[in-house]
Amino acid sequence: MSDARTEEGGTLEQRFERVWSNLPGWGTLAAVNHTSLGLRFMVTGVVFFLIGGLLAMLVRTQLALPEQEIISADVYNQIFTMHGTVMMFLFAIPILEGLAIYMIPKFIGARDLVFPRITSLGYYCYLFGGLIIASSLVLGEAPDSGWFMYTPLSGSAYAPGPGSDFWLLGVTFVEISAMAAGIELTVSILRTRSNGMSLRRMPIFCWYILAMALMIVFGFPPLILASILLELERAVGMPFFDVAGGGDPVLWQHLFWLFGHPDVYIIFLPAAGIVSTLIPVFSQRPIVGYRWLVLAIIVTAFISFGLWVHHMFTIGIPKLAQSFFSVASMLVAVPTAIQIFAWLATLWTGRVIYSLPMLWIFGFLVVFVAGGLTGVMLALVPFNWQVHDTHFVVAHLHYVLVGGMLFPLIAGFYYWLPHWSGRMPSAALGRWGFWLTFIGFNVTFLLMHLTGLLGMPRRVYTYEAGLGWDWLNLLSSVGGFIMAAGVAMILLDIALHFRFGRPAPRNPWNADTLEWATDTPPGSYNFVSLPDVRTRHPLWEHPELPETIAAGEHGLARIDHGRRETYGSDAVTGKVREVIHLPSNSWLPLLAALSLAVVCIALLVRVYPVAALGAAGAMVFLLRWSWVNGAHPQAAPLKDNEPHQPPLHSRTCDGPGLWGMVVTLLANGTLYVSLIFGWLYLWTASPGWSVPEGQQIPLVPLIGSGVLLTLTVLFYHRVVERLRGRDATGLQGKLWGVSILGGAHVALLVWVQMSAALSPTELAHDALLLVMLIYLFIHGGLAVILSVLQAVRVRLGYINSALPYEPVVLRPFWVYTLGVFWVSFAVFILLPMAWGGA
Amino acid sequence: MFPRLLTAKSVAIFALFIIPLLLGGCAGPLSTLDPAGPAATAVAWLWWAMFAFSTVVLLAVVVLWLVAMRRDPDGVSEEAARRLQNRWIVGGGLILPLASVTVLLAFGIPVGHNMLPVAADGEDVLRIEVTGHQWWWEVEYPGKDIRLADELHIPVGVPVHVHVTSEDVIHSFWVPRLGGKLDAIPGRDNVLRLVADEPGTYRGQCAEFCGLNHAHMDFTLEAHSQEAFEAWLEEAHSDE
Repeated sequence: MSDARTEEGGTLEQRFERVWSNLPGWGTLAAVNHTSLGLRFMVTGVVFFLIGGLLAMLVRTQLALPEQEIISADVYNQIFTMHGTVMMFLFAIPILEGLAIYMIPKFIGARDLVFPRITSLGYYCYLFGGLIIASSLVLGEAPDSGWFMYTPLSGSAYAPGPGSDFWLLGVTFVEISAMAAGIELTVSILRTRSNGMSLRRMPIFCWYILAMALMIVFGFPPLILASILLELERAVGMPFFDVAGGGDPVLWQHLFWLFGHPDVYIIFLPAAGIVSTLIPVFSQRPIVGYRWLVLAIIVTAFISFGLWVHHMFTIGIPKLAQSFFSVASMLVAVPTAIQIFAWLATLWTGRVIYSLPMLWIFGFLVVFVAGGLTGVMLALVPFNWQVHDTHFVVAHLHYVLVGGMLFPLIAGFYYWLPHWSGRMPSAALGRWGFWLTFIGFNVTFLLMHLTGLLGMPRRVYTYEAGLGWDWLNLLSSVGGFIMAAGVAMILLDIALHFRFGRPAPRNPWNADTLEWATDTPPGSYNFVSLPDVRTRHPLWEHPELPETIAAGEHGLARIDHGRRETYGSDAVTGKVREVIHLPSNSWLPLLAALSLAVVCIALLVRVYPVAALGAAGAMVFLLRWSWVNGAHPQAAPLKDNEPHQPPLHSRTCDGPGLWGMVVTLLANGTLYVSLIFGWLYLWTASPGWSVPEGQQIPLVPLIGSGVLLTLTVLFYHRVVERLRGRDATGLQGKLWGVSILGGAHVALLVWVQMSAALSPTELAHDALLLVMLIYLFIHGGLAVILSVLQAVRVRLGYINSALPYEPVVLRPFWVYTLGVFWVSFAVFILLPMAWGGA
Repeated sequence: MFPRLLTAKSVAIFALFIIPLLLGGCAGPLSTLDPAGPAATAVAWLWWAMFAFSTVVLLAVVVLWLVAMRRDPDGVSEEAARRLQNRWIVGGGLILPLASVTVLLAFGIPVGHNMLPVAADGEDVLRIEVTGHQWWWEVEYPGKDIRLADELHIPVGVPVHVHVTSEDVIHSFWVPRLGGKLDAIPGRDNVLRLVADEPGTYRGQCAEFCGLNHAHMDFTLEAHSQEAFEAWLEEAHSDE
């Protein structure tokens, strides 16, 4: 925000570009812009897709003929594990996040996502985590227990090498990026839509992404918790999943699939969003059954959290539970069928334009419907008992994921190529690419259903001749290579189009949504001015919008203040409420991610002091990041000429930060509920569960610590209420008071922890108690640190009666800390007492 | 854009060509489609029914889709479009899946329940204990002092309750021609009910990935006639 950037001169576009562009040269690494980072996400995703694809080719080479020894069992196990891991965690999820990061602001008429530095942090966590995971392949130490890492096989006794650690630490690292995207997309969609874009007028794609983002928020925490627990078991010997210590390997399966099944829909929903966006454009009519679709999306998101057990039908679970999960799994067919028939009805009533994207949508339909049908079959328990863990399941999951995700994604790529490159794709080469991929895919996987029915288990590195699987496997391998040729053709097509594609006109497909109102390729600020949106199809009803936007005829067309700004609007009505000022280029996300990478690598090689150093570094960078906010001179210092109608968000009490905090706490709460689930699960279902005699945790100091915390939070709440009433008298002193009181709570909690008689390496019971105490400690400690910083900021004048924003943002965190404390007390201390266990 | 190749007729010809090929290829020592016991037979029938129904649904949706893409919608008023929307979404999106799922569950759930290890009153059941190890199966006949590795012997027509557990990692016990699989999990005792209709040797295989030699963790199950089984018991016992 230097003076050079606010200089007058040049066209409106040039002046916007000066404020919004990335730094030159290496400075581009400090970019926080969603367009740049969305593209980087997608390009990185494609690279990992190619790595995953290469691994698949190795698998198909090995299995082409029976009794081959091209690849040893050891290497094969690493290859199929990494194929699944790379495709799921480093390709499918991130590339869709990247697409959403790129697209969402443009769809809703905003200039950027609401937390740009988080976009950048997410990207670097993805990149570094991905590199760490991929490096395990190069080192020959890749994880080899399958991509769902079932314990005890992935535990230290049966996987002593670092492979499992690469997986657990690397995937958790990458998941930071998923969580970041989930939180940021949720808040952006809810709070930064164009003026007047109510939920009813929101493009259907945004509904899909909103559902995906919320599903990430609730779906990933169980896996993050499970990974932390398993890594603790491996590194320190806490027996969460070890029967000998009262743990249970089945707990891992529950936690994994609590994530794993929603994950399938996290991948499918955005892809279905692409389908629902493209079909009306190529039918040149509005989508049929918009409300039905919204309903179907919401129902899918909900049901998908109730199906996880259908991955576990063979572990010997009770009859009633099996029937319940069968029914629930099949019911998910209903919202899917609603979508398919809504698409059909749209095509039926529109005049369809044939084009390359529609060809891929057709491929999607065939493959995905087939995969959905076999999915219903698999939900039937007796059939599942036969084909579970066979190649039938391998075929099914590839039909669902390739059909349900890859094909729509490629359709979307072709559709949005002109947006990225300003050029149109070619038709001929692209068609070859489609047919090769489509035919190759079906040859590979259609036959594989039969291979599974004939009894071939999955994950075998070789097989005997004469079991009836020989010709099927050979054909599957041939098909696999045809598909690879198809993918190569598509890449060639896309590469060539950058040079030879004919320049795209504005809105080349005559689409209805705002992303086509930007330049192609778009300026880093997307829109020079932000229009009101009173329809679901802005470009169909107002085809002149691109020109009037570029001419600066709509909102927020001033840039002389040098701030990056976009509108903040009401979550339901879309009415503008404030002007959100966004941070500019920053190195902090990169530095924080690098520190986290140091933590990750240090844990991997078990050099714990370095890990602690890295964690401290990350903490410093993140706190610095939170420091450069609000009225900080590098953000939006108070000025005389600042806008009041609507005001800057940091002058209000309900900005995006509060929403970000609440959504983050929802995710955090899910992690905590997963911990409670583990606790209750082991109490009730673990075969070797044992509870030590006597009271291990001193009750009186624990209750005392809770009372202090309660007082702290009540105090803080009062302070914030006063501040919301624009009364900041004695604010600094009060915040110091909160910090001291909170500090006493934390100190007492530490004392409780030190004096607790726990043997966490012997009993899962004690290990869980310890994790719970550490969780409370981290929250109390962080709340205190942030309160201290608030007090200092009051002193520096970043917080006062005109700037009440930040203490309001921090309040939910204190309330959450209080909530988990007493819930923990009830569930981990009182409940066992009532049970008579402890 | 769409080659003429992909018409309903060509799809039918393709199906006529491929189906006999598939049927012919259904036999095999580990084939679930070549059942030799009541559980596997019931599941095989379920499969064929589901396969037939799914094929019809898939073809119907694809044909509708192709027609929808090719047809000229001239004269579809907004009113007509709305009627169509409700009819299709309610018919195809709600009624079709709900009805199919109901029928499927009505047939499928009883099949599943019949496979559960519940001995009928007065039914004679043979108990066998199987423990998974990396990478072999330990087989025990309780009370009979017989221990075997990677082989089971059972009498024809008598329900066998196989108690499955594991000493190390998770394995899965599976004899495809007789019935479904069941995981062998450390600390747990899972029970699988198997019945063989005919004497013969059936192959089994570990189905849950269990490490390096998972691919080679197979076993055999030999079903004897009643008399032969008694004789085998006698002999195996004296061998110990």
